[in-house]
Amino acid sequence: MAKPAAIVGQIILYGAFAAFLGYFATSPTYKQIPDDVALIKLSMSHLGGRECRKRSPEELAKLPPNMRAPLECPRGRSDIKLVLELDGKPMFETVMHPTGLSKDGVSTVYKRFEVKAGTYQLSVKMNDNLINPGFNFVKEAQVTLKPAQVLVVDFNPDKGGLFFQ
Amino acid sequence: MSLHAALRGNAQILLERSENSLDALFGGADNPLRHLGALGLYFLWILVATGLYLYTVLDTSVEGVYTSIGYLSREQWYLGGILRSLHRYASDAFVLVMMLHLAREWAYGRYHGFRLYSWVTGVPLIWLVYISGIGGYWIVWDRLAQFSAIATTELLDWLPFFTEPTARNFLAPDSVNDRLFTVLVFIHIGVPLMLILGLWAHVNRISRVDYLPSRRVMLATLASFLALALIKPALSDAPANLALAPAELRLDWFFLFIHPLTDVTSPAAVWALLFGATILLFALPFLPHLKAQPIAVVDAANCNGCSRCHADCPYEAVTMAVHPGKRGHKIAIVDPDLCAGCGICAGSCPSSTPFRSQEKLVTGIDMPQQPVDVMRRQLETQLARLGTQPSGTTKLVVFGCDKGADVRGLAAADTAAISLLCTGMLPPSFVEYALRGGADGIVVTGCRDGGCDFRLGMQWTQERLAHQREPHLRSLVPQDRLRLVYASRSESRQLAAAIDEFRTQLETQTAISNRPPAYSRRTPHHG
Repeated sequence: MAKPAAIVGQIILYGAFAAFLGYFATSPTYKQIPDDVALIKLSMSHLGGRECRKRSPEELAKLPPNMRAPLECPRGRSDIKLVLELDGKPMFETVMHPTGLSKDGVSTVYKRFEVKAGTYQLSVKMNDNLINPGFNFVKEAQVTLKPAQVLVVDFNPDKGGLFFQ
Repeated sequence: MSLHAALRGNAQILLERSENSLDALFGGADNPLRHLGALGLYFLWILVATGLYLYTVLDTSVEGVYTSIGYLSREQWYLGGILRSLHRYASDAFVLVMMLHLAREWAYGRYHGFRLYSWVTGVPLIWLVYISGIGGYWIVWDRLAQFSAIATTELLDWLPFFTEPTARNFLAPDSVNDRLFTVLVFIHIGVPLMLILGLWAHVNRISRVDYLPSRRVMLATLASFLALALIKPALSDAPANLALAPAELRLDWFFLFIHPLTDVTSPAAVWALLFGATILLFALPFLPHLKAQPIAVVDAANCNGCSRCHADCPYEAVTMAVHPGKRGHKIAIVDPDLCAGCGICAGSCPSSTPFRSQEKLVTGIDMPQQPVDVMRRQLETQLARLGTQPSGTTKLVVFGCDKGADVRGLAAADTAAISLLCTGMLPPSFVEYALRGGADGIVVTGCRDGGCDFRLGMQWTQERLAHQREPHLRSLVPQDRLRLVYASRSESRQLAAAIDEFRTQLETQTAISNRPPAYSRRTPHHG
């Protein structure tokens, strides 16, 4: 091919290379959720309860002085039961298991739910020690979710237990 | 034929045609498709250089990362903004050439045997590129960064490695702190450093590495990036806000395609795809393949320790050691793990000359599957056959390459065709020998410029025939009776046309030089 034609060809091909890069560097655009949808993120990391027994004075006396802890607690933690309801209907229910080989770590959950924007009655119930019946933590509230809003459902004992953010 | 072989064969044909087409515009030396690895390295140096500047101006606080990078694009668009765009587009181009390089080496079957090491060391680099690239997007901390950070951590959390979900780090606006960006910058610098180390290992077993493409290619690709930087500069999205899900995202599909893929499938499917593809790439060299070529063998009595084979070996398979039998001399040693069996060393050996009078030609370094002695016998037989043609017939000898256009089909009453393991195994003295033995013209053909299956075979051949490299063609051989033709394996027709043209030229041009004086060995093997 004659040189000028080759130069033109090269310019066209390098232009196509640049156009390819430029296009796929930002396009096509991507929408993870539709415009009228909000997200509820349920995420918790919590140590389950455990049943401790009070040692009797006789038992304490048999122990070396430096090991006389008044309570004897098992290493393992309880499973945690969690229920999430939206407008009174069950949305998610799970039993979280403690992590670790000895089941002594935190129990965790992370779930993302897409819901239409609007007002809902949101309820979360949690039992962190399954020896006891029912739920020892409950949080209920009417929430208004705007499009694209992210509502986090979390647990923090310092914030009074279950909370919405 | 297996499905894999059929796929690979078709991919090879497609690539060969694309490369050959681009040769017409760019020429072999400037054809980007023939220098993908070198292009990748060049893009990496652009990334390092632009990244250094971006690092110096980056404020690693939560608000600072967004404003400091945004400042570059808005107020300092003429320097920082352009460098940022170059960083973005060079990284995308790096992914593009990396994937093409991978596909090309696979299509040409360059992943097993002596190439096993280069292939296996290349696979983990893909992971490093993606870790570095995806992490780089987070540093800007805009909506896209927010989306990618959450999507990546949600994907990671599917693996049973973490006690707590890592996605909890991006739950709410107060979940993110300044330390995150210090860690991200550390990763974004550390992983590319590992990548550079990995690249060093990747090319460690080849000599004369193509570290950079030609100046034209470098300038042209840089100009492409600069044009993009001006026309479509890399800009941040709105600042990250973890209280809101990002709306429409301008996704970089070269790196972030993995997030939509996870959304339309599942984390399990994506990990199965990623780990499956990685295992497949690692396993590919261990699938059944043709038996490896026998390796070069050194003959101590005929090796004079000149080191030419050491200098010419494309895979650093030949080293020099103290000669056990000749005091003060060296001897070539062949590493069986590195030897490709290409025969380029035999072509470089000064003892490979057919003019030696020994009945059995034994050279310093030779190929058991096609010894130089067999080449000489073959040539002498062919010359004897050509000698029986009526006078006035233009007799040609064609030396070709098993990996390039097939020359065997060109053999005719007036044409002798000898196919070699690689054209680089042709000692130039064979050209003179053929002309002095009665041939009117010599055609030497092999893979296209930049497309040699053994990397340097055609380059060394061209330099040897042009008196630029030892062992060189003697000057008594007229260059107008010699034709070098670059033809890949799919270009047999083009080769035949080039030979016809050469024959016509020899027959019609009056100014053709005389053949060098006739020569015949004392103990010929004609017939």
